[in-house]
Amino acid sequence: MRPEQGRPTRGGTDRESDGADAAGEVIPIHTGADVSRVRRVATAAMATIGASKIETTRMVTAASELARNTLEHGGGGEMRIAIVGRMSKRKVEMTFIDQGPGIPDIHRALTDGYSTGGGLGLGLSGAKRLCKEFEIKSAPGEGTIVKVASWTERP
Amino acid sequence: MTHYLEPSRIPIFQIGDCLLLTIQVDLEDRMIMTLKDDLAERIAKSHAKGVLIDISALDVVDSFIGRMLANISAIARILDASTVIVGMRPAVAITLVELGMSLQGVRTALDVDRGMELIRRDTSEEAGRLHEA
Amino acid sequence: MPDSSGSNLPGLLSRYQDRILTDWIAAQSDVGVLRADLMREAEIRRQSRSFLTHLIAATKNGLNFDIESDQWQDVRDMLTEVTNYRVDHGFTPTETATFIMALKQPIFECLRDQFKDDPNTLVNEAWSATVLLDKLGLYTNDIYLRGREDIIQRQQQEMLELSTPVVQLWDRIVALPLIGTLDSSRAQIVMENLLEAVVESKAEIVIIDITGVPTVDTLVAQHLLKTAAAAKLMGAECVISGIRPQIAQTIVHLGVELPQVATKADLQSAFAHALKRTGVTFSSR
Ligand SMILES: Nc1ncnc2c1ncn2[C@@H]1O[C@H](COP(=O)(O)OP(=O)(O)OP(=O)(O)O)[C@@H](O)[C@H]1O
Ligand SMILES: [Mg+2]
Repeated sequence: MRPEQGRPTRGGTDRESDGADAAGEVIPIHTGADVSRVRRVATAAMATIGASKIETTRMVTAASELARNTLEHGGGGEMRIAIVGRMSKRKVEMTFIDQGPGIPDIHRALTDGYSTGGGLGLGLSGAKRLCKEFEIKSAPGEGTIVKVASWTERP
Repeated sequence: MTHYLEPSRIPIFQIGDCLLLTIQVDLEDRMIMTLKDDLAERIAKSHAKGVLIDISALDVVDSFIGRMLANISAIARILDASTVIVGMRPAVAITLVELGMSLQGVRTALDVDRGMELIRRDTSEEAGRLHEA
Repeated sequence: MPDSSGSNLPGLLSRYQDRILTDWIAAQSDVGVLRADLMREAEIRRQSRSFLTHLIAATKNGLNFDIESDQWQDVRDMLTEVTNYRVDHGFTPTETATFIMALKQPIFECLRDQFKDDPNTLVNEAWSATVLLDKLGLYTNDIYLRGREDIIQRQQQEMLELSTPVVQLWDRIVALPLIGTLDSSRAQIVMENLLEAVVESKAEIVIIDITGVPTVDTLVAQHLLKTAAAAKLMGAECVISGIRPQIAQTIVHLGVELPQVATKADLQSAFAHALKRTGVTFSSR
């Protein structure tokens, strides 16, 4: 991963490394550049557990969708990423947290094509399909938490 | 601030009546918005007939970038240029399908050469039709 | 010398024997089967030459696909020898079966040269060759398994992956003849292999032939669809051939639509369609 591409340095939190120690990190999500950073950190974490190209692309795409939702619908927030489990059972876990307006009807929000923001309405439902584990907690006025996980089937 | 030194702009090259742009890096949202504007202007100025967008270096195309690619090709169409997205990787293609994005109306080709072929075929067919009329 | 079954394959085998042998040995080392650490090249050469001679002898009175029949006795014995040698030398079942699978491309290339003006015959012969070699490849797997029952599961899996080779039929046209049951995990592997092959061979048209697939359920139909949609995003077109009436009914019954994919009754019509799409024309003979 070659991350540096005109990314403005914004003080301390930006000094992350994209390498193997991507685990256990908290990434704030307040700008479009932060969404890119989420993708990079997710890519590094999938590399750490030895995921295949397809497994990585799926997970990183889901991360991108969820980070964008955090930014656009949740008014900003953060992503926590960790590698949990041992040996071949290791998985990458990502949790997206915001204190935004919350989702009144989760079932509807998870329907393909449903969007309140003029999007395609594929982000949330797509992320669910792309990850092996998907959990969402949200209520009006209480913000939104989405937790996803994936692992590799490679021997 | 000079344009050509700004790293967050994607350069657009002209080959004959085609515009070629190669997306080399993880796209930040801002960059692709700028690209949309730049490209529309270039098409209008150059009277280009085709736009080739090479995404073979892209590891991830999410629904936002997917939508932007579709937008770009719609805008180009109105400006009378056809867009071909070239070089999409297998993992990206599978993921887009899984997301539910079929990029309807966007044309695709395996690489820049094939994309160029496609555009040439279009323009010569069009010329043929004009000739018949 | 056309034979009773009407196939040109036997004649072609003996006519091009030397060339096929050379290309085959090269292909075996390409796919990594020629494991210098396990087996001397001279031995590979001997086994390959001897197998080819037996194959030509077994087909000289016509092509008979029943490889359990008498005329195949010598070929079967030879395959048993080849397989047991490899089992003893620590080859995996995949490496063992690839001895046969690597023979496909050399034969296809000869067919292509011989019948470049006759696409129908080309497809028929390519098909016969595929069916025959798949059977022989599976036979080596059987023998392999007989010797080592304990790891059957894994080997069958490997065999499944192996029996989905992507075959280049023409410039920009590849075919993927599927044989056997497609479950979801195999369909996934098939899909990934196929899309990789599109990139490698720069294929514009991919023919997925499911003549050899006994049943298609919703999941498999959906996998096929997704594959076609993904191929389209990469700039290639999928054609599915060999949909048997029963499977067509299932597909309709399941409410699966195939809007992105052209479907053709058999490999020949799919190939003809593909040639037309890629703009190939044949001068009249
Ligand atoms: N973090 C969040 N906070 C509040 N609402 C959310 C959040 N995430 C999703 N939603 C709601 O769920 C809907 C569906 O989300 P989804 O990501 O599927 O579509 P979208 O973001 O509107 O469009 P797309 O992602 O396709 O560009 C959103 O329109 C929004 O109303
Ligand atoms: Mg979204």
